[in-house]
Amino acid sequence: MASPLELRRRIRSVDNTRQITRAMQLVAASRMRRAQEAVQAARPYATHIAGMIERLVLATGNDRLPPILQPRPIERTAFLVLTTNRGLAGPLNTNIVRTTVNEIEAASDAVEISVVVVGKKGHLALRGLYTLSAVFSDISDQPSVNDIAPVTQLLVDGYERGDFDEVRMIYPEFVNILTQQPRVVRLFPVVLPEVQQEAREADIIFEPDPASVLEALIPRFIEMTVYRAMLELAASEQSARMVAMRAATENATELIEGLRLAYNKLRQSRITSEIIDIASGANALADA
Amino acid sequence: MAELTLTVVSPEREVLREDGVTLVLAPSVEGQLGILPRHAPLITQLAPGTLELRRGAESQHFSITGGFLEVMDNTVTVLADASENASEISRERAEAAREAAVRDLEEARRTHDDMMTTQARLALLRALARLRTVERARRG
Repeated sequence: MASPLELRRRIRSVDNTRQITRAMQLVAASRMRRAQEAVQAARPYATHIAGMIERLVLATGNDRLPPILQPRPIERTAFLVLTTNRGLAGPLNTNIVRTTVNEIEAASDAVEISVVVVGKKGHLALRGLYTLSAVFSDISDQPSVNDIAPVTQLLVDGYERGDFDEVRMIYPEFVNILTQQPRVVRLFPVVLPEVQQEAREADIIFEPDPASVLEALIPRFIEMTVYRAMLELAASEQSARMVAMRAATENATELIEGLRLAYNKLRQSRITSEIIDIASGANALADA
Repeated sequence: MAELTLTVVSPEREVLREDGVTLVLAPSVEGQLGILPRHAPLITQLAPGTLELRRGAESQHFSITGGFLEVMDNTVTVLADASENASEISRERAEAAREAAVRDLEEARRTHDDMMTTQARLALLRALARLRTVERARRG
């Protein structure tokens, strides 16, 4: 049985931990709100750029599309894996890593694989399993489009050189606060939206011409896609951390309750035995 | 008389949505572009520079670091890589960015670093676009 002093120390130590987890929970909650707002704010650009690409593709014609829009036989696949730099985010990174391993196992029979990782956690988990062709571990958890540019540049260059024939991106989609779903999407060759033939492509003036506008627009589109995935990652990270920290705070509270109960029982029994001592001493004196 | 609706979006946010616009002046890669109401449908690439909108006698200026512009049904949509209202631009910061870009450019030329040259040139163009925007907004 622990002494009252030991119990008091343990209560204090658990309480200190609880203060930290609660603070982290609150910080994660406010960052999550900001991250969700960033996801929302990126939507108009994404909608407009998709529409513009559709009209440009229609006007360019399938035979004159830039290489990045033209699928070729897939012999080599690159995976872009988005993970967080920091831990204490529940099972978020573990789930992403597991999805990555499954995807790579499934694909590696047929094609050659290269892996590009964003985030320290993914780097730590995957470096023992595969040769990583590149690691980006200094991108902020409030990313800007400029932060993403080196990542997309690397992938576009690799694709154009023929280092790989397709790029798939794995990231956690923010479904709601409790759910972050690992998602696998093909980044390029770019999946084009279903083009409706009734569009009035002939009426549009293009400067300089559809093919060159399209070629300039596609890198922006890819950047946008990765940027949005990074925002989803940031929102997922903060919500996973918030939930994990809330659970930790609740556990600490429960633990403290148990320890208090044990401490109070111990204190009570000591007082009781002291009273018995005094009472029996007094009785003995009275009897004498 | 018909009027234009102008929307400027950057990847990070919607910068502007204005109804009742009478003229949009934009820096296309082919040269300065003026768009009046009932303009024909158009898609073009933009160079770094100043985007100006007029509503009667009143005008507003925005810096654009490159992007794309689409005109359709009296709606002008600008997809900017980055865009700021002239009032949001700090002249000191833009000036500092210009000087830094010039230094980088000289450094890159000396070391024959192609990647750095390209980046410095783009940074210089962006800084100049901001400075020119501030200048034009001041003159009105």
